[in-house]
Amino acid sequence: MSEGLIKNIKDLAGEHNLASGTSICAGCGALETVKLFCDILGKNTVFVNAAGCMTLLAIYPFTPFSGSWLYTAMASASAGAQGIRDALDILIKKGRLSAAEDLKVIVLTGDGSAYGMGLSATSAAIDRCLDFYYLCYNNEGYGNTGHQDSAATPYGARTATSSSGAGFIGRKKDLFSIWAAHKPAYLATVIAAEPMDFARKVETAMKIKGPKMFISLAPCPTGWHYEPHQTVSIGKLAVQTGIWPLKEYKDGKVTHTKVIKEKLPVEEYLKLQGRFEHLFTPEKNLVLINEIQSSVDQYWIDI
Amino acid sequence: MTHQILVTGNAAAAWGARLSSVDYIPAFPITPQTEIIETLSGWINNGEMDSHLTMYESEHSMITAAGSAATAGVRVFTATSSQGLMYGMEMIFAIPGWRVPFVLVNVSRGLASPITLECDHNDILAARDSGCIQIHCSTCQEILDSVIIGYKISEHIKIRLPVIVNLDGFYLSFTREPVEIPEQHKVIQYLGEYNPMNDIYSASAPQARGLIVLVGSQYSYFRYQAHLANLKALDVYKEAAEEFTLQFGRNYSVIESYKIDDAEYCFIMVGSFSTKAKSAADLLRSEGWRIGLIRPRLIRPFPSEELRILLSGIKGAAVIDQNISFGKGGILYTEITSALYGADGNYPVTGSFIGGLGGRDITIDEFIVIAGEMREYVQKGKQPDTRLLFTEDELQQIKKIQLIAGTENS
Repeated sequence: MSEGLIKNIKDLAGEHNLASGTSICAGCGALETVKLFCDILGKNTVFVNAAGCMTLLAIYPFTPFSGSWLYTAMASASAGAQGIRDALDILIKKGRLSAAEDLKVIVLTGDGSAYGMGLSATSAAIDRCLDFYYLCYNNEGYGNTGHQDSAATPYGARTATSSSGAGFIGRKKDLFSIWAAHKPAYLATVIAAEPMDFARKVETAMKIKGPKMFISLAPCPTGWHYEPHQTVSIGKLAVQTGIWPLKEYKDGKVTHTKVIKEKLPVEEYLKLQGRFEHLFTPEKNLVLINEIQSSVDQYWIDI
Repeated sequence: MTHQILVTGNAAAAWGARLSSVDYIPAFPITPQTEIIETLSGWINNGEMDSHLTMYESEHSMITAAGSAATAGVRVFTATSSQGLMYGMEMIFAIPGWRVPFVLVNVSRGLASPITLECDHNDILAARDSGCIQIHCSTCQEILDSVIIGYKISEHIKIRLPVIVNLDGFYLSFTREPVEIPEQHKVIQYLGEYNPMNDIYSASAPQARGLIVLVGSQYSYFRYQAHLANLKALDVYKEAAEEFTLQFGRNYSVIESYKIDDAEYCFIMVGSFSTKAKSAADLLRSEGWRIGLIRPRLIRPFPSEELRILLSGIKGAAVIDQNISFGKGGILYTEITSALYGADGNYPVTGSFIGGLGGRDITIDEFIVIAGEMREYVQKGKQPDTRLLFTEDELQQIKKIQLIAGTENS
């Protein structure tokens, strides 16, 4: 990865392909993700969007993107991307569009679509070896509608539909493994709070043809209940506690790109977020905290 | 050279796409449509057709891709049926707002439940309010020709809406009829090379499509624009059909009328069973009736004015709906009567008959009974209640089956 153009954090400051002034919430981890992705990928892009928070980036008659945009529906953005990729290939093959005008096709979805309604269309796009990028900003709930639980909601988190007791009782779906089982060309977890790891992965993907899948943990002040200025620190803690493993899948192998030697206790991450407040007040719920800790520990033992 | 071959309705639809030189075919199988995409795939695979077909995992995805590819500047063809159209219905309603052209062939099949493979029109009529233009066919030749005419309308600068060409499952999809295959170069001459207009993404000219609006007035404006474009398609259809007649000789008015000039009575219906209505009219005429058929080819936009002209002076009109809107009745009947209500003129007593659901036949005898009933109501001067075409024999059969199923006491 060292042959890439982005060698240090200053290299990330060069190009800005997403305009500011959108209607996205202050401190939005998904916006950080999209911005970083756009800056690295360049201007020659078409984003195909599924219903979610980022749908509100482009509100008629404005778009913050330097490239193109198509909103499709919640379930079928990957199919929309296939239609556009196929059309671009047809036009270039038939000489109706010059290769210099070609675009990178990117699906932009939240976890509500990626982990649930959009899974079928995405699975099929990987089956067809579609040459595209798929960026899931994962804020671990249906964020745009007030943060109800989705298939990406972590165990124990309170959401608008798991608002009492121990919080969400389901287990977060392992989308990385589901996608890896499809053998895509490239697959990675990322987080905008670790921009160098993020950038290297996007750069790696840019050299590969085929499905290039990204799941970005996107801290969400309004859904996770913390102050907007904490987005980056919470993101870093997600990695340092081992809760959000940074990894990639390439050539049939999974590699962890940031292995934390001295992991912080999960408590450090949980206690900053209102959605986990019930684990700490009125008294500490050690059973539940330990359960979350041991599942994280087990993950790192198993790999 | 033009030649005539014996083909199914499905193959005629495929020929329409082939002759229109479509660039892209998003596909998904469903009975009774599958033959269309298999035929196209076969032609592509053996090099007879320069097009690209992608298999999708659902009709929802397939229709999304039809729309997205159209926003990217290629001529698109797709096909579905029944549950497939319903599964893709979110996009059938969404894509007209993108204002992009393509042709979708729907092979009509009744909707679940109970599930069936046989034909009726509840699938296509569920798309009535989507913004897509609807052309309903009654013969295999008409299917081929309507696909070509469909592109002409869909791609018109004032329209830019998807066109759905409808044909009846089994009765047309799998029935072979002699069909004249126009010459490819003449079709291209008729349609012109594909002009994507603004529908193209490129590095030098980015565009944003399908954006959200947060203001009701903007939403109202764009929705009404799509409505006006759909209405405009009536005139554009007429121009396209006239030009088609000049080029290919076949005539497709917005409403087909059969022996209507001197008629006192008429059947009104869409689809392949209308050919039986013609036979029934001939038979009745041999017994002294003055009766004919009115068959709207366009359901959206709805040709209200043309209908009023044809119905003016007719005493009794029997609307035969091969569909049912639960809690209301025949959908076509509602459309027809709403076009007449309050209009100046001398319009007929209209009767509503529901028939042919799930592929049930409508017999010539039933057409004759319908005509007789219409005459009685005309004499009484009142509108009859909605009737289901269903015989005593059929009812007895159902009762026997229910006994076996144990759902009904004898």
